[in-house]
Amino acid sequence: MEIFGIPLRGLAGQLLIGLINGSFYAVLSLGLAVIFGLLNIINFAHGALYMMGAFLAWIGLTHFGINYWAALLLAPLLVGLLGIVIERTLLRWLYQLDHLYGLLLTFGLALIIEGLFRYYFGISGETYEVPEALQGGVDLGFMFLPLYRGWVVLASLVVCLATWFIIERTKIGAYLRAGTENPKLVQALGINVPLMITLTYGFGVALAGFAGVLAAPILQVNPLMGSNLIIVVFAVVVIGGMGSILGSIVTGLGLGLIEGLTRLFYPEASAVVIFVIMVIVLLVRPAGLFGREN
Amino acid sequence: MARSPDQTDTLLQIGFAALLIAGIVAPLVAYPTFLMKLLCFALFACAFNLLLGFTGLLSFGHAAFFGGAGYVCGFVVKEWGWTPELGVLAGTAVAALLGFAFGSLAIRRSGIYFAMITLALAQMVYFLALQLPFTGGEDGLQGVPRGYLFGLIDLSDNMAMYYFVFLLFVAGFALILRTIHSPFGQVLKAIRENEPRALSLGYDVDRYKLLAFVISAGLTGMAGATKTLVFQLASLTDVHWHTSGEVVLMTLLGGLGTALGPVVGAGIVVTLQNELADKVGSWVSVIMGVIFVICVLAFRRGIVGEMQALGKRLGISE
Repeated sequence: MEIFGIPLRGLAGQLLIGLINGSFYAVLSLGLAVIFGLLNIINFAHGALYMMGAFLAWIGLTHFGINYWAALLLAPLLVGLLGIVIERTLLRWLYQLDHLYGLLLTFGLALIIEGLFRYYFGISGETYEVPEALQGGVDLGFMFLPLYRGWVVLASLVVCLATWFIIERTKIGAYLRAGTENPKLVQALGINVPLMITLTYGFGVALAGFAGVLAAPILQVNPLMGSNLIIVVFAVVVIGGMGSILGSIVTGLGLGLIEGLTRLFYPEASAVVIFVIMVIVLLVRPAGLFGREN
Repeated sequence: MARSPDQTDTLLQIGFAALLIAGIVAPLVAYPTFLMKLLCFALFACAFNLLLGFTGLLSFGHAAFFGGAGYVCGFVVKEWGWTPELGVLAGTAVAALLGFAFGSLAIRRSGIYFAMITLALAQMVYFLALQLPFTGGEDGLQGVPRGYLFGLIDLSDNMAMYYFVFLLFVAGFALILRTIHSPFGQVLKAIRENEPRALSLGYDVDRYKLLAFVISAGLTGMAGATKTLVFQLASLTDVHWHTSGEVVLMTLLGGLGTALGPVVGAGIVVTLQNELADKVGSWVSVIMGVIFVICVLAFRRGIVGEMQALGKRLGISE
């Protein structure tokens, strides 16, 4: 069976890769949006912390025999803890200043983290085995689905939706949304806003760490894997706007799919297609697809 | 305000005169290639500062203009046999055009989005530089001839090349000074301080921002094109986002919104890189990151900014 002269299996395969990249875009842009909502900081270190998540999983497996499933829990936890330390010791001094300083500080952090990993691990990259339970795949008739790839999409979706649920449907989420709108008023109502900010940053970067562990078995674990991704995620954030949680998720997945399709029909443009879409969105709807003009 | 503006002007003029003389005699005491690199980055940082320091716009994509102009200059000089001054001109013009395109898009959003948009657009240029047929991909454009200035002066002589670079730097720097002190520059500062107010005073803020962006991009292109001639190489490094970050660091370290700050910052960063690169490898990146963090946390005025503040307190300068 063919569609537009392209065998269905090829099409489905590229769409799956697109969906996987889209999952990473979704999880990372979601974290950025959550952090930006409360801290008004664009976390440039997000990519570096994603890379760190992948490396923690790799280090855990090679040096301490910590398996994939434990790493999936531990690595985000450690990254989140580091995030909490970063917020407490560095970011908190910047809230009164222009938002740009937050971007610059986290850019510096990204350089530090990336430089350290490059020093200790080189840039050749390490490979991480797919966990045993998820090796192999199933033939769905129209395509062959490697189990692990299916798992990545599923796990990302679950995490994204859980985050959406927490923020939009629970009491903690209500505090968070209120804090995003008016932190002073929320504080006056007796809610510990500084603590909330710290935990939010920790949670946001833990999402990045989680995405890193998910990525470890598919992509090469490489000190530069984060910085290349984060710039694309910035474009995703510009396209979607950071106003809505579901918006981030939908934009991330959608752009991943479009990228996958481009790779199929016009591979040369696949690296820049998201940036081109960003340009079009800026021309047509500068606030972003789900953004609010303020 | 212990002194009148006239006296401050005199002080500044003495300072610039001293720098001018230092620039003229420098190649007699220091390694010219190093000095040329320094001047290219100093001009780059000054052009960048026009945007960040004087207009309040943080572009995270200036590497696109720097490296892009380098490719253009390298290509026309190497493949079409243009003279070096025409090569620099071509690089500058293309960078200004690219600046017009990027600026038109990026000023549709402000603040943090502006930074992200410029970064993403520059990344697009990076991918193009990697893939287009005439850029040499991973290798870059190698063996770009320095050629004969105006068809007469042989630039393969390092001293001749140095004075050519120095002249370009002085011209670029003078243009930036002139811009800052012109009525146009005052409007830019007004936009930096309070954009809604500038708007309500009837200034077409977007046009001012765009023009500042184009000037900044063009001069950045001039610096990048010159660097290509100096090193006879246009490479991916110069279009990479690291370079965009480096120029932010130079400007921040030297002093945002000060005329001389970016020159000082560029001097320090380039010297550090030169001294450290072969000794500590990827620690350079860590050190740059640490300087970044320190600057943002405790040293936001930068070196020149702090000195000015100190001078003000002691009543030496304005």
